[in-house]
Amino acid sequence: MYTQAMDIPDESGKKLASVATTVSDQEAAFEARIDADGRIEPQDWMPEAYRKTLVRQISQHAHSEIVGMLPEGNWISRAPSLKRKAILIAKVQDEGGHGLYLYSAAETLGTSRDQMLEGLHSGKAKYSSIFNYPTLNWADVGVIGWLVDGAAIMNQIPLCRCSYGPYARAMIRVCKEESFHQRQGYEALLVMMQGTEAQKAMVQDAVNRLWWKCLAMFGPPDADSPHSAQGMRWGIKRISNDELRQKFIDATVPQAKVLGVTLPDPDLKWNEERQHYDYGQIDWQEFWNTVEGNGPCNKERLATRVKAHNDGQWVRDAALAYTRKQQQRAQKEAA
Amino acid sequence: MNTPALKEWPLWEVFVRSKQGLEHKHCGSLHAADAAQALHMARDVYTRRQEGVSIWVVPSAAITASNPDDKGELFDPAADKIYRHPTFYTIPEEVGHM
Repeated sequence: MYTQAMDIPDESGKKLASVATTVSDQEAAFEARIDADGRIEPQDWMPEAYRKTLVRQISQHAHSEIVGMLPEGNWISRAPSLKRKAILIAKVQDEGGHGLYLYSAAETLGTSRDQMLEGLHSGKAKYSSIFNYPTLNWADVGVIGWLVDGAAIMNQIPLCRCSYGPYARAMIRVCKEESFHQRQGYEALLVMMQGTEAQKAMVQDAVNRLWWKCLAMFGPPDADSPHSAQGMRWGIKRISNDELRQKFIDATVPQAKVLGVTLPDPDLKWNEERQHYDYGQIDWQEFWNTVEGNGPCNKERLATRVKAHNDGQWVRDAALAYTRKQQQRAQKEAA
Repeated sequence: MNTPALKEWPLWEVFVRSKQGLEHKHCGSLHAADAAQALHMARDVYTRRQEGVSIWVVPSAAITASNPDDKGELFDPAADKIYRHPTFYTIPEEVGHM
């Protein structure tokens, strides 16, 4: 990702830029590029609100990847076989990687890594509320792959065409890797569904607990989503919350059938006229309650994250001290 | 490069050669205390699936970029020099591929 830390020639460059462009010219050029479905790159002029929206969205997205490591990480030491353990470690490592791609993309907008981490650790910044629910049995790990990552993929594929270049490029990498996440989860569940009654019951239990939370991952209904229209206008958001949710449901129902589980919604049925599945009411009260910080695991997740960061402080300090020493030594030798 | 007292790990740009015979391509950035650590981290962050056979890391601050405001002056003049392209020239069909 291209970054703000790059040095743009200032004084010598001025000569080339013949006339001072006014803000309205710049704004018009920006709007024209958006209208032509062009891409915006870090050094291009952009409206402050566009920049702010992207910083908020990309950093929240990065935080979600990082916090998302926690519920699954809990199961690494308890994975049922060496194979499942190796897969889970690889998946959790990927989530960490996704967080890093995204933090880098956000940094191109002029925010710093430390600022973003401060936002997360102080509780000011949000992350996906799905990670504030506990992972109670091994099937939860499979369901996270199948449904949570499945929902995330639905959300993320349109972001590969986002108008902001560094975000779109990061999302292309992320999407390539997410496909492994979803498939390993679904396959783990398939294996459990061929097992004992107790194993099958675990899968159904995990689906029952997580299904509605996954539907809420797409965000509030279009009618209650004030930022959506502007995001669409700017080419940050390509497909509406409700439309994505519907796509996810339509794709998932047949997968549930193959797996042999029931999705916990009595209103879920095919609508011949709409050519889509109808579904029941999502509990938005519960969703907002969790977003506000009152979900079952909000405090625990944040505390775990802050502790990991604080426990790693000495490593970061030591690496910097070593670098400083090396630089001083090199300077002394050069002198 | 002068080195002010570091507080955060500085930013590095990462370039990966996907296979022997191809060029290194920019693939992202990361924070690291020094070059050796940047290489190590780039391997973990950007080549978990055999995406590369070689990595370059460059301090982001060491890159000089052209200014987007100069895009017109720098690149537009090439647009009307179509004679620089082979398709500008008509060659009799009987000559065949040239």
